[in-house]
Order: sequence, then C-alpha cells, then structure tokens
Amino acid sequence: MTTNDQKSGAQMVMEAFLREGVSTIFGVPGGANLPLYDVLPEYYPQIKHYLVKHEQSAAHAADAYARVTGKAGVCFGTSGPGATNLVTGIANAYMDSIPLVCVTGQVILALLGRDGFQEADIQGITIPITKHSELVLDVNDIPRVMQEAFHIATTGRPGPVLVDIPRDVFQKKGDFYWSDKVELRGYRVQTMPDPNEVAKAAELIERSEKPVLISGHGVIIAHAYDEIRELAEKGNMPVITTLLGIGGFPGTHPLYMGMPGMHGMYWNNIAISEADLVIGAGMRFDDRVTGRLKDFAPKADIIHIDIDPAEIGKNVRPAATLLGDAKISLQELNKLVVRKERPDWFSWLDEVRRDHPSITIRETDEVLPQFVIQKIYEATNGDCYVVTGVGQHQMWAAQYFWYDKPRSFITSGGLGTMGFEVPAAMGAQVAAPNDTVWSICGDGGFQMTLQELATIAEYEWPIKFAIMNNGTLGMVRQWQELFYEENTVATPLKNPDFVKLAEAFGILGLRAERKGEVESVIQQAMDHDGPVVIDFKVKYDENVFPMVPPGASLGETIDLPAHEPEKVAAG
Amino acid sequence: MTDVRKLRPHTIIALVEDRPGVLNRIASKWRQRGFNIESLAVGHSEKVGLSRMTFVVDANVDANQVVRQLDKLVDVVDIRDISDQDIVSREMAMIKVRTDKTNRGQIIEIAELFQAEVVDVAPDAIILEATGREAKIDSLLRLLEDYEIIELCRTGKVAMLRGSAVSHPEPSEDEQYDRYPGQHTW
Ligand SMILES: Cc1ncc(C[n+]2csc(CCOP(=O)(O)OP(=O)(O)O)c2C)c(N)n1
Ligand SMILES: [Mg+2]
Repeated sequence: MTTNDQKSGAQMVMEAFLREGVSTIFGVPGGANLPLYDVLPEYYPQIKHYLVKHEQSAAHAADAYARVTGKAGVCFGTSGPGATNLVTGIANAYMDSIPLVCVTGQVILALLGRDGFQEADIQGITIPITKHSELVLDVNDIPRVMQEAFHIATTGRPGPVLVDIPRDVFQKKGDFYWSDKVELRGYRVQTMPDPNEVAKAAELIERSEKPVLISGHGVIIAHAYDEIRELAEKGNMPVITTLLGIGGFPGTHPLYMGMPGMHGMYWNNIAISEADLVIGAGMRFDDRVTGRLKDFAPKADIIHIDIDPAEIGKNVRPAATLLGDAKISLQELNKLVVRKERPDWFSWLDEVRRDHPSITIRETDEVLPQFVIQKIYEATNGDCYVVTGVGQHQMWAAQYFWYDKPRSFITSGGLGTMGFEVPAAMGAQVAAPNDTVWSICGDGGFQMTLQELATIAEYEWPIKFAIMNNGTLGMVRQWQELFYEENTVATPLKNPDFVKLAEAFGILGLRAERKGEVESVIQQAMDHDGPVVIDFKVKYDENVFPMVPPGASLGETIDLPAHEPEKVAAG
Repeated sequence: MTDVRKLRPHTIIALVEDRPGVLNRIASKWRQRGFNIESLAVGHSEKVGLSRMTFVVDANVDANQVVRQLDKLVDVVDIRDISDQDIVSREMAMIKVRTDKTNRGQIIEIAELFQAEVVDVAPDAIILEATGREAKIDSLLRLLEDYEIIELCRTGKVAMLRGSAVSHPEPSEDEQYDRYPGQHTW
C-alpha cells in the first residue's frame, strides 16, 4: 500500500496510527506537541484521545491497555516535564516487556541542545529503559520511524519505543508513504526453536519423574494459552505461574499450583527444590522467583523456552534451550511429548499441599485484607479484570484470587511501581469497556496517582477501587518488622477520608470497617453503574506469607504460620 | 581455557549503524554494569552505512551477557567476542617526547628498533608514530620512560580474524531469522 499526498508531520503520525490499528491514546498536551493535538479531531472517532492528569498515568494506562488487548499502547507527552513524567511508566513497561509507543514533543530544531524552554534530552534519558528510541529530525522520516516503532515494540520480546519529534518537524509537510515491509538489518527475531533442542527437551520430559512447568509472561504475550495447557495435560505436569504469568494457565485447573518465589506457595518452592526437571516457559528466572540462585532447583535439569537470546544462560544453565516464540516452541514440543503417569510425584505434591496452610484465612473478627480479596473473588466469580498496586495487597491479590482468563490480572512485576493501580485500571477499562475492572489498591499507592479520579469521573469509567487501607506502607512495614527489629520508620500513613475524597471527585465512596460489612459493600459497588472507591479498613499489621527471606533459598521458605481452625483451602 | 581468558582482555568487534546516538546506547550498556571500556576504536567498515567498532574490556568482567544485550540493540547489526579466536590486531600510538641535542639520537635509535616513524622534529621535542600489537607499543613506551613523554595518544586496538574468514558473516539462508513484516505476533 503506497499513498502519495502531502501531510504535516503531525498528520503522518496519525496516519501511521490508522495503519497500525491504533484506536486509543492517553496523553497530555503542551507547547511542543500541540501540532499533534491540533490534528486529533481529523482522526476522531477512529482514534480517541483520553486526557489524563499526569503523564505517568498516560504511560501506565497505555501499558495496561496493551496488557489487556495484546496490542501496542500509545501515549503522548510534551517536551521537558511532559516527557520526564513519562519515564516511570516507560521503565515499568520495559521491565514487564509491554509494547508501548510513546510520542513526545520536543523543542524546535534550532533550539535542540541549547537548553531551550522545556527541553529535556528524553531520548538520552530513556536509552536504558526503552527497546528503541528515535529523535526525528526530518519530517520525511516520520512514516518509516513510526512503522519501525510499532514493529520493534510489538515483535520479539515486546517493549516500549520512544519517538521524540520537534515541534517544527510536526508542522513541516512531506509525502506520506507506507511500505509493506520493515527492513531493519540489526533487528532479528528468532521464532522457530532449534529442532534438536526440541527433541532433547521432549526426551528430558519423558525421562522425568518429578517435573514442574513454570509458565511466565511470555506465554501470555505469545497467546500460547492452548499450547501451555496442552503441554501440561499431555505431559501430565503440575503448572506454576510466575506473578506476570498468572492467567496464562487456568487458575482453577486441577494441575494449577499457583505462584512460586518470594511470596509463592510453600509447596511450589519445595517442589522446585525437589524436582528433577524444571521447564521455564516465557519466563526469565528472576531473583524473586529463584530465591538464592545457586540453590535454585538443585536436583533439576532445566528446559528454558524464551524468545530473548540474552535471557538464555543469564541466571540458569539450561539442559535444553528453546530459543523462539513461546507459541511456536510449545507447538513444536507438544508434537513430541508423550503422556506419563507420575503417581508418586503427584501424591507427594498432594501431601505437601495438605500439610501446609500457605493460603488459608484464619478465623478472626478483624478485617483481613486476604478476606476482602477472597470476597471480591466470590462476588465476581472471578469474572473481571483485576489491577493491583505494589505491596502486600498485590501479593494477596495474586494468592487469594483464581484467574481463569488470560490477561485478566494486571500488575507491575519487574519494576514494582506503586501508583500503577489507578491509571492501569483506566487503561484496562478502556481496553475492556464491557467488563468489570476491580483495582485492588494500597492506601499508599493509591495516593501516588489518585488525581486520576478526576479523569475517571469525566469519562465515567465504572472502575471499582478497593483500597486495602491498612494505614501503612505495608510491605515495607513487614520488612521492618521482620528484618529491622520493628523499627517502623516512615511507614505509618495518616490518610485522608477516602470516602469524602471520592465524593469530592463526584465518585461514589463506600466504607467497610467491620468484617460483616465487607460483602454488602462489595455488592453495593457492583450494583452501582459508575466508578466506586471503597475504603476497606483492614488490619494494620498483617504479614504476607509464605515468604522466602531475602538471600535465602526456595528450600528455606517460611510458610504461613498454622492456625486453628483452618477455614478455607486453596482451590 | 578460562585461565587463558583471565590473562587476556576481551576483544569485541561490532558492526553498527553509522548514525547519531549509537555510541551512546552501546556505552550505556557497559556503564549500567559498571564495566570500564579500556579502549574503543570506531570507523567506517567495508559496508555502506555501517561502522566497525573494536572494544577492549577487562578480562575479568562478564562480557558475554553485555554482548548479548548489545546484540539486541536495533542499531547493532552484528557483535561478537573474538578473544579466543585467531586474530590479527593492531594499535597506533603518537608519542611526543621532550628532546635536546644530547638525547635525540638515542630516541631515534629506540624508535628504529620498533619500526616507529619520526613524524615531527622540533628543537625541544620529537613525535613518534608507532604501529603494532598492543604489547609492542607497551614495550616501546617502557623504553621511552627514561625520557620525558609529554604527550601520548593511542588509537585503541583494531582487530580482525586471520585468513579469509569474515568477522561479520552475513546470516546464511537457513540461519535467516523469521520476521513479522508489517504484522505482529498477535
Ligand atoms: C514508586 C514506589 N516507591 C516506593 C516503593 C517501595 N515500596 C514497595 S511496597 C511499598 C508499600 C506499599 O504500600 P501500600 O501501597 O499501602 O500497599 P501495602 O503494602 O500496604 O498493601 C513501598 C513503599 C515502590 N515499590 N514504588
Ligand atoms: Mg498500605
């Protein structure tokens, strides 16, 4: 497809969006990107722009939009502070391999590098946190650069791409063109794994008596849900999902075992330590997963399936390496995998699970955050998107909720960005307008981005915010309690009245202070058509267990202390 | 083998796009790990629009991981660590030494020993140009330590594989990587 007509640089950006199927942009205007905003009406309603209150939110919203849809998220910021406000969001997307295309305005060409008003070298600033970036000096480069940006952001291991465009380059005119092929000699993506390694992997699986399959974010990115399920069922292996892998494999499947690692299930960490085979599919053996690396899976051969060559051999030495797209790799592997009964392994796993509480909720009159999350699960039947912030509530949302639908659990994993819970919920709601979005918030994190309640009220996004109001930066307080002799410096929070706050934004505010109110408040929120902020006054000093202490191995996992009587067991 | 590598610094060669910002991106990856680049030489390659870089980094660093990360950069077309291979490497140095009538002859004699050229002579100084393996230049400098070196500039090592082997081969047909032209993984 080639078209030939004169367009401004700003129009070229929008034309590229049309061709890339972009329908949604989050951003904030300013002097340097005003030409872009000037042409937005020409592309409405195919392309809708949502004005947010802070550029960090634009990036997080675009990030969550990408996580839910699987398409690239797009955000705009102006030069200088607009661009630097995007930085946290870009870093977040980089760490979690999220395809983002960020278009920033820049000072005019004549002022570049001369400390012009609102100049920041955003390309330089973002070099370590982008998959690629471009500063466009010639309007005629815009179509090519935009096409490359989407190509790079969305293929291989996805990631954020930044395109920085000076104001006068937006305004200049040129011929728009669009080629049917992206030619980048330095960019290669290997999708098909080496058949010899596939055969080796199949043999290792066949030989294994005690395998575990760890399914990561890559499985979701590659839409390999059917393939991972086929491998698990055909190969008859228990499945663990990493934090970002949650939802890639059905949470209520009999082979599902939950999350591993620092706050993973006790039985998973023990199983990994006992296993004779660990298959890591679309995951990178992150330190939060492995615990002390040298004691990770000491008895196991490792099969590593990943699309990123730099991840192979980085943390573990695989016995078989499937370098390629997770979907294609699993398809190839599934052709060779044969079923094997492993009665001893499964009964041992059942025994460990039976003997360890890990995720049971104790009987108490206090409002436990885990209890609230479990009640949200019961009320929604799990049929919703769950967005979280970072901290204790995030871990409980991963532990006490079962995600059957891929892409339904939206959380900041690699960077651990507090404040993600509010803007990410917006992106998720825009991406899934007919679904319910629950945002499980920390009282700390919520206050990092709560200005977006104004945006949410304006666009009437019916997001349900459940603030786990423990009056503290809970996860940090937990570390202070366990490793700093309860020296709780700078963690207690003096919070505003969240109900009144919501009301000030024109949003329904609800509160649950007693255990008996929890269910009815959740129901009230679900019955309300618009956005809701719920202030759940939860216990101050509840700790997240199981826990692998920092520096310890998975084998040293501390399980949830046993309590009587046990009430709810894991699904 | 690892023992040998310990003694020898990493020699890494790269073919990169000849455009602004490339050096910045590459340097950023080494800096992130706190690795010092001991020398770096950049110039045009035999391919239009591509520059050739030769890095030397400390033998004791985990260069392999950085090289893999660098290989992922869009602007890096090819990169490899050739420390363990049969290579020819050269470096050039310009050395300005303080002289007077009494020692000029001795310095020229040393230069001749190393086939270094005298490229400038002034009443009070002399500039030598030396080319060769790093070790050769090191020895020359050691001998010149008896005199006053007032300026030294070394280009950093450049290297290529011996014989007809191409340092940056084009990917062969069956080694061609799949791409997703114009369409995405989803
Ligand atoms: C932007 C940012 N700043 C600081 C931290 C460090 N940090 C990790 S968890 C946490 C506490 C989070 O508190 P809250 O949002 O109330 O959640 P809780 O742990 O209480 O559930 C902090 C401060 C972070 N992850 N992100
Ligand atoms: Mg809190």
